[in-house]
Amino acid sequence: MTEHYQVAIVGSGPCGMSAGGRAAEQKVSHIVFERTDHLSDTIFKYQKGKHVMATPDVLPLRSSMPFDAGTRETILGKWDDQTGSLGVNVRYNAEVTAIAGEKGNFTVTLKNGETVTADNVVLGIGLQGNLRQLACPGGDWGGVQYQLDDPDEYEGENIVVIGAGDAAIENAVALAKQNNVYIVNRRDEFARAKDGNRNLIEAAIKNNDITPYYNADPKSVTSGKLTLTVADGEAEVDCDRIIARLGAIAPRKFVESCGIEFPSKDPASLPELSPQYESNVPGLYIVGALAGFPLIKQAMNQGYEVIEFILGNQIKPADEPLLEEKFQALPGDRPVDEVIAHIRENVPLLRALTTLQLREFLLDATIHVPSKGDVVFERNDYTNSFFMIVEGSADILIDEKDPNVIVNVGVGDFFGEIGLIAGRRRSATVLAAEASFMLESPRRSMIKLINSVEAVERTMNEVALVRQLRTYLSPQLTDDAIRPVLETAEVRGFKSGHVLFKEGDADEGVYLLRKGSVTVSRRIGGKDIVIAYVPAGHYVGEMAFLTRARRNATVRAAINTETIWMESDKFRQMIDASPELRGEVERRLLTRFIESESMHTRPEAGNIIQFLVEQGVGEATDILLIDETLCVACDNCEKACAETHGGVSRLNREAGPTFASIHVPTSCRHCEHPHCMADCPPDAIHRAVDGEVYIDESCIGCGNCERNCPYGVIQLSSGAPKKPGLFSWMMFGIGPGPGENKGWNKAHKKEDGAPKVAVKCDMCLNIAGGSACVRACPTGAAIRVSPEDFFSLSELSARR
Amino acid sequence: MHTSILVFRNFRYLKIALALIVVAVLAYVIHDPLGRPNGGTWLGYSLGGLCAAIIVWLAWFGVRKRRYGVGKLLLEDWASGHVYLGLSLLIIATLHSGFQFGINVHTLAYALMVLVIGSGAFGLYAYMRYPRLRSINRGEGALGDVWALVAGMSRDCYEIARDLPDEVYRLVEDADKETRIGGGVWRQLSGRDPNCASTRALEEVRGMAERYSGKDADAARRLVRVLARKVELLTRIRKDIQYKALLDIWLYFHIPLTVALLGALAIHIFTVFLYW
Ligand SMILES: Cc1cc2nc3c(=O)[nH]c(=O)nc-3n(C[C@H](O)[C@H](O)[C@H](O)COP(=O)(O)OP(=O)(O)OC[C@H]3O[C@@H](n4cnc5c(N)ncnc54)[C@H](O)[C@@H]3O)c2cc1C
Ligand code: HEM
Ligand code: HEM
Ligand code: SF4
Ligand code: SF4
Repeated sequence: MTEHYQVAIVGSGPCGMSAGGRAAEQKVSHIVFERTDHLSDTIFKYQKGKHVMATPDVLPLRSSMPFDAGTRETILGKWDDQTGSLGVNVRYNAEVTAIAGEKGNFTVTLKNGETVTADNVVLGIGLQGNLRQLACPGGDWGGVQYQLDDPDEYEGENIVVIGAGDAAIENAVALAKQNNVYIVNRRDEFARAKDGNRNLIEAAIKNNDITPYYNADPKSVTSGKLTLTVADGEAEVDCDRIIARLGAIAPRKFVESCGIEFPSKDPASLPELSPQYESNVPGLYIVGALAGFPLIKQAMNQGYEVIEFILGNQIKPADEPLLEEKFQALPGDRPVDEVIAHIRENVPLLRALTTLQLREFLLDATIHVPSKGDVVFERNDYTNSFFMIVEGSADILIDEKDPNVIVNVGVGDFFGEIGLIAGRRRSATVLAAEASFMLESPRRSMIKLINSVEAVERTMNEVALVRQLRTYLSPQLTDDAIRPVLETAEVRGFKSGHVLFKEGDADEGVYLLRKGSVTVSRRIGGKDIVIAYVPAGHYVGEMAFLTRARRNATVRAAINTETIWMESDKFRQMIDASPELRGEVERRLLTRFIESESMHTRPEAGNIIQFLVEQGVGEATDILLIDETLCVACDNCEKACAETHGGVSRLNREAGPTFASIHVPTSCRHCEHPHCMADCPPDAIHRAVDGEVYIDESCIGCGNCERNCPYGVIQLSSGAPKKPGLFSWMMFGIGPGPGENKGWNKAHKKEDGAPKVAVKCDMCLNIAGGSACVRACPTGAAIRVSPEDFFSLSELSARR
Repeated sequence: MHTSILVFRNFRYLKIALALIVVAVLAYVIHDPLGRPNGGTWLGYSLGGLCAAIIVWLAWFGVRKRRYGVGKLLLEDWASGHVYLGLSLLIIATLHSGFQFGINVHTLAYALMVLVIGSGAFGLYAYMRYPRLRSINRGEGALGDVWALVAGMSRDCYEIARDLPDEVYRLVEDADKETRIGGGVWRQLSGRDPNCASTRALEEVRGMAERYSGKDADAARRLVRVLARKVELLTRIRKDIQYKALLDIWLYFHIPLTVALLGALAIHIFTVFLYW
């Protein structure tokens, strides 16, 4: 007979383990399946001695398991102890491969073929996924490993690293210091890796530190020998060890195979859950990171709660006090449930959310209760949050020149979506038209929402379209003028490098850029020469129909770009209906003629634009550029950065590429859509009013942002060692002088376990007068530019 | 966009300096002292005071440069002003002295000032000239980890030389072990190394390669090419070091001389008040 349990818990991460603990305490018959031979693999894999943080601080812990900020080792140790003393029934080395059946009778199948039945299943497998295994014969040889904890452990070995991603490269380079390393790449270059890593591996190969096999696939493994299929046959490599870094398979497929539905194909979308964490399959519960709660404490709370829910106890979620506190800003003492119901009632955009999603959404949101005339945000602010009106109304001042052009929006309406979509400055000022109740939601919540609830994206796009046309073309456009365009207009997205249209194509419409930017290039003397750069908020493609000719240039997305495509005829109708716009379009056309003629004669300026676009200027809101013909390499910029930022410079002057004497140092670009924000568990990365992308103190040092930033500008740092005061330096020469931090930091390195957090350029957010680096450059070599200055960069090159 | 300290803010500080000079010269011409013009007249005191104020401000630049994240002005404002006002001293201080020089502490102060200005002028010249040359010498990429690059080439050389006669191998070994980059001040400033082991190896291997035949000739040719690349890289690195040295060296005169100047000036002022 197969074993039967009341609850089967899959995964022993914080949530699964906590659920197991609660089940044991409540004497519920249970089993926890764990794929590996230890608890909580994700945390087990943190780097040795990592300081684990217990954010959010305000959230109380509700679990049968202890958890406090501390080192990885102490935390794991305590969990092991508690699991033992509560008698949690954990089965290790038990990977679950299938879950079938229904409430009361689920069958859980393990990799080794065993099955177990259960009334309920709790899925807490996190988001790390399964490491892809070496599939060839002999892949189970003991010398094959999928992870590298400490590269210094090995010495004098022959080691093969398989894979071409960042992890493979980092491992190979680190191992090459003491070992003879080979790297096996399926393709002929390391295109998938970050620039920094690509440079590292290419240099290592060039120096013969690492021997590469390109276009190679593992064919078989025998003890101590790897056979590869290569372009001209086979190659054999003697090896003591194989490290396969083949990436992970996201758990989504497995989850779907259990019958759980996702609202959209987007990999970021989350399954819909009831307030009791129950999925669309009754009896199948999802908790932890997989349910969209990326922090340990949240996961542990949910593990506890889910057992209570299964037992039928309607306890209040642990975040209730947080919401209570949040709603205190509201007049009257309204209970949480009532406020939530009220919000759902009044804001149609949020109606499609489940209660769980809505609670989570509100936890991240800020409540505003402005009085009449209060400014909500101002034109040209760089903030990218999103506002919804629950009560009251707001006036949007859409015309910069005429403060009397006002659009009034009321209960249930939203605003701020243009900045959110474009990642650029606010395009209007918004005032409260009366005493109101508004919700402000950070960028991350909105992106999660858009990806998870289809209705939200649709509603937002519909409203945004009209507003974007008014904002970017002319605030005077009447509804009548816009209507025909709307009939066929659509949002078209283009990935970085993709072509909107080619020189010589027939005219098929106008593209208004609502996000991203494009380069315009023309074939001159057999070469594609960039003649212009067009940022979001402008349109391209009007020239062809205005001049009744074919496309006279190729337009390519400089970064991921979204456009509003409009049919040419309808666009013409719209222009004809609005003399304002007509004049504007005509004026723009003539400017473009002039610009492109002058660029014709200066292809080198185009090359500079091309170079800068490659360096991320196209998505930058502010970038540090150094003119090498002025830079005397005094490093005063770096010193200034270190002195004003706790002794650690966030900029590396010397590193980074150079073209035509313009040097792009390794320093934050303050991207419109910061990649670093993508995956930050505590949502610690924000954008300030003037565009500064900064990290607040809630950072847990997970390093995701460091990996996600394509420009390699984030470092994990345990802070600079304290240096003796200025006085002791002047009088006794103790410690480094002002600015001399580099050597001191190196000589007084903190011990390895010191808590590390991510640090990056914050554009001197809190320093009056702005960027210390630029202000400390004695020769004027260092400047900061924003996209608005970008056009004049071609001017810059004209000087040369 | 980028502007150098000379044209900064549309020559604002040049204009200020010129205005000061014009006023000083006019005053000097109009002023009709009893006897020879010198530092002891009311104009002399005024001009002396002005000079002293400027000098103290110029010296304060060394402090300001290290006070980060403060002040309304860019450091470039300070640098631009520093250069023009510093140069203007040549005229204003000379007018102050009434062209009376002798063997005394006053003239010592004056001489030191001229030396500081002279070294500063060289610095300015260096700042205007060498960064551009350095950029051109570096080419597109940063030179990066030069040691790693050189070491990589040395390894390539060993690899090829393994199968070649001992005389070649020994040269390659020398080229690896005896090649120096950087070194003392003179070596750095000269930008070359007349005894570069790699250059010597290149020359000699080249001579030997002509004598070899068959497989050895092939290998030797390959070696010559790698060595040539290495020598080229070394040349570029040495040039780079030379430019950086030229950008730095003058400050080793400018700053100590400034300290000496401040001392002499203090004594000068002290003595004139003492003998008042
Ligand atoms: C480098 C890093 C640092 C971090 N630092 C912090 C921090 O300081 N503070 C913080 O609060 N959060 C931190 N986080 C986030 C935190 O690790 C996660 O939020 C948390 O681990 C999620 O818990 P979970 O239980 O949902 O999933 P996980 O912890 O991922 O646990 C899932 C478990 O399920 C097992 N499993 C998976 N599939 C199967 C299967 N098919 N069958 C059986 N078992 C399976 C896995 O082996 C694993 O043990 C960090 C994350 C990273 C990557
Ligand atoms: C507060 C500032 C100064 C005061 C009050 C001052 C005062 C004087 C006086 C009174 C004299 C006449 C001395 C004499 O005739 O014996 C003099 C001469 C002179 N001063 Fe100054 N001075 C000042 C700053 C300077 C500076 C900055 C310099 C240049 C670095 C300078 C260089 C000279 C020279 C070269 C002479 C001529 C010496 C001579 O007569 O032999 N002085 N100064
Ligand atoms: C009496 C006059 C002068 C004094 C006392 C003086 C003093 C100083 C001091 C103290 C510094 C700071 C150096 C450091 O800390 O790094 C400095 C830097 C400098 N000075 Fe002068 N200086 C004088 C005149 C001049 C003149 C006339 C010029 C140019 C024509 C000049 C050019 C420079 C330059 C280019 C720097 C370096 C700027 C930098 O890299 O930060 N100086 N000077
Ligand atoms: S850290 Fe990187 S991704 Fe984030 S804003 Fe800066 S450059 Fe962009
Ligand atoms: S700021 Fe970076 S390191 Fe810190 S928690 Fe966010 S993603 Fe992780």
